[in-house]
Amino acid sequence: MKTPSTEETPFYDVLVVGGGNAALCAALTANECGARVLVVEAAPVDFRGGNSRHTRNMRSMTDSYGEEEYWTDLLRVTGGQTDEHLARIAIRSSPESRVWMKDHGVRFQPALGGTLHLGHTNAFFLGGGKALMNSYYEAARKRGIEILYNTEVVALNMPGGAFQSATAMVNGRSVELRAKTVVFAAGGFEANIEWLKEAWGEAAENFLIRGTPYNNGRVLKMLLDQGAERVGDPKQCHAVAIDGRAPKFDGGIITRLDCLPLGIVVNREGVRFYDEGEDLWPKRYAIWGRLVAEQQGQIAFSIIDSKVVGRFMPSVFPAIKANSIRELAAALGLPAETVEMTIRRFNESVKPGHFDHNMLDDCRTEGLTPPKSHWAQAIDTPPFLGYPLRPGITFTYLGVKVNDTANIVMRDGTPGRNIFAAGELMAGNILGKGYLAGFGMTIGTVFGRIAGRQAALAAN
Amino acid sequence: MTICNSCRYCEGFCAVFPAMERRLQFSEADLNYLANLCHNCSECFYACQYAPPHEFAVNVPKVLAEIRVNSYNKYSWPRGTAIIRSGWVVIVLFAVLAAFALAFTPQTSGGDFYAAIPHGVMVGIFGVAGFLVLVSWGFGLARFWNEEQKKPRMRGRAFLDALQDVLKLSNLSSHGAGCTYPDAHHSQARRVFHHFTFYGFMLCFASTSVAAIYDNFFGWKAPYAYFSVPVVLGAVGGIGLIAGPLGLLTLKMRRDRRIVDPQQDGMDLSFIGLLLASGITGLALMILRGTPAMSSLLAIHLAVVLALFVTLPFGKFVHGIYRSAALFRNALEQRSRDQR
Repeated sequence: MKTPSTEETPFYDVLVVGGGNAALCAALTANECGARVLVVEAAPVDFRGGNSRHTRNMRSMTDSYGEEEYWTDLLRVTGGQTDEHLARIAIRSSPESRVWMKDHGVRFQPALGGTLHLGHTNAFFLGGGKALMNSYYEAARKRGIEILYNTEVVALNMPGGAFQSATAMVNGRSVELRAKTVVFAAGGFEANIEWLKEAWGEAAENFLIRGTPYNNGRVLKMLLDQGAERVGDPKQCHAVAIDGRAPKFDGGIITRLDCLPLGIVVNREGVRFYDEGEDLWPKRYAIWGRLVAEQQGQIAFSIIDSKVVGRFMPSVFPAIKANSIRELAAALGLPAETVEMTIRRFNESVKPGHFDHNMLDDCRTEGLTPPKSHWAQAIDTPPFLGYPLRPGITFTYLGVKVNDTANIVMRDGTPGRNIFAAGELMAGNILGKGYLAGFGMTIGTVFGRIAGRQAALAAN
Repeated sequence: MTICNSCRYCEGFCAVFPAMERRLQFSEADLNYLANLCHNCSECFYACQYAPPHEFAVNVPKVLAEIRVNSYNKYSWPRGTAIIRSGWVVIVLFAVLAAFALAFTPQTSGGDFYAAIPHGVMVGIFGVAGFLVLVSWGFGLARFWNEEQKKPRMRGRAFLDALQDVLKLSNLSSHGAGCTYPDAHHSQARRVFHHFTFYGFMLCFASTSVAAIYDNFFGWKAPYAYFSVPVVLGAVGGIGLIAGPLGLLTLKMRRDRRIVDPQQDGMDLSFIGLLLASGITGLALMILRGTPAMSSLLAIHLAVVLALFVTLPFGKFVHGIYRSAALFRNALEQRSRDQR
């Protein structure tokens, strides 16, 4: 692996691979435990912070949101695909983490407009995740933690799970990073289209990645190749339906569309394919990525009428508008006659009811396949609005197995002595399926701090 | 703005974002209002996940700065009077005024200002200039206020809220951490130096007002003793007017250029320069008033102050007028929202 031209770094106590929330929590903690720390971030400074730069809050236990309620919520979304011991560590440490975050310059604010339902469970970062990352980088700078940007780890010298060094590319030069211990916090593989294709086939070409393009899964793959035990379903990812006009990467929060349950969703043929009103939107939005991915061309279209405008958060891309269904279908590039027929049949099946989009109301269709179980109102008030939808990948579940000291566990069941993991790379231990808003940041913060402390201890 | 409205992460930073959310669509009047509400602290730039080099290239403080300077032009009276964009305008103006003042000021000694420039001349020139300035501000203010069709209901409490925001620069404190100026690190420096400048200016104004009262009501003639009220106010104010602009200038030089609208450098620098010059010449005049340099210094000081007066409606000073009015509108909107 090592070539004569390779530069070497000095010998650090702790090497942190990654530059997001978990990585910086680990770096700061290790530094405070007396370790000499080097952080290597693959992204340039302006895009540092991984997917954390797109986040906005952290789920935290409070007086009104106790451990059991938190645990029950997790159990429900994961359908039991979780490790209770690790999950409870994350949950119990969340209030104390908030204090720690404040001590490191993170500021909080009341729940944001349009997110009041998260007010009692989630702590919102003032300015969002990039501001949070700025605070951590500032804290790291003040403490003299060294940070290398544009530095991607491309090879690991880690025989039998014992870390010796890592090879990184820094602006085209190869550098050997030497440290006594290492914390891996380099995210998942959601930005690696080739890898996504292994699970989804060619359809993955049409996926949009909501977060950083730097989560290419390289570190994850190397760890698995070096014998780390895997957790999480390798074929699953958290996918939501987002505006089809969003950029390929890094579109973040503003590409979401919340209007799906207020109208109908049709595929490229102009035909409905799933019950848009199955359950409350916060509980259903995460299945629509997969639903759209299964359609021809991985595209679908949300169609609403002007009755429901103003009942959902504004989208960054303007709706495509028309005064008749026929014109709208043409504007969306859909077969006009099929769309007209779909809407006519839908409208005829709508039963009278009292519309209330904040609860499971009694507006539903009868005799229609698939049905629309709630919020079914005739689409009859022009102008009509349409949004193209594409699957937007948020994160992947596949990760490496860790124990309660964030030690990476090898396939033979023994924990590696000096290798630790935090953040999305190991979140699959706790979140094997589904998603709980703000829980990724809880796992990242709690296990980042554990990994940092343990790595510092193991180094000395 | 559409991006901001569907993201909303910056909601807690300052008054601009909640005001943005109270409107879902933005008329020109709305944009001018938001632009004048913005204190240009740049927190939202550094926190923005869509800031350049992201392809969306969101740069709220820079865009609002550009809108803001255009709004100054739009509101200015006489209508169409361009806002000063070049520092040279101010330098030439000052040079002409100073040349005139020096040419017509006889050399005297003994510290009697009015022997050099008669009282009536001073009062006459500054009275007329001051009156025109007030009229011009009045027009500008009315144009700003009436641009937005929807008129919030007047409330006294909101006036007090806005007054506090103006006097404390609450929107630059970022909840105590200080704003991100001149770079990404939080600091109270800009707020502190602005306070020096603002309160220095006000003390100098108070000094002149007290002197005018002394003269007109009590018949006490200048120059006043070193420990008299006008001199102490003027001296402290003068120090503020030196320390403040110097600090602001230093910060400005180090400002992150990604956020700067370069067209405004001339306007900003000429205003800071005039404030600084009036502080320096004022203090020098006070210290050297017993020497033969007095009459020339007086001429130069008055030329600086007159240049400052003449440019008040056409320079950076107007930011204070429109910012205060925008803060008042903001306070009215908040109060009426709270009541609902």
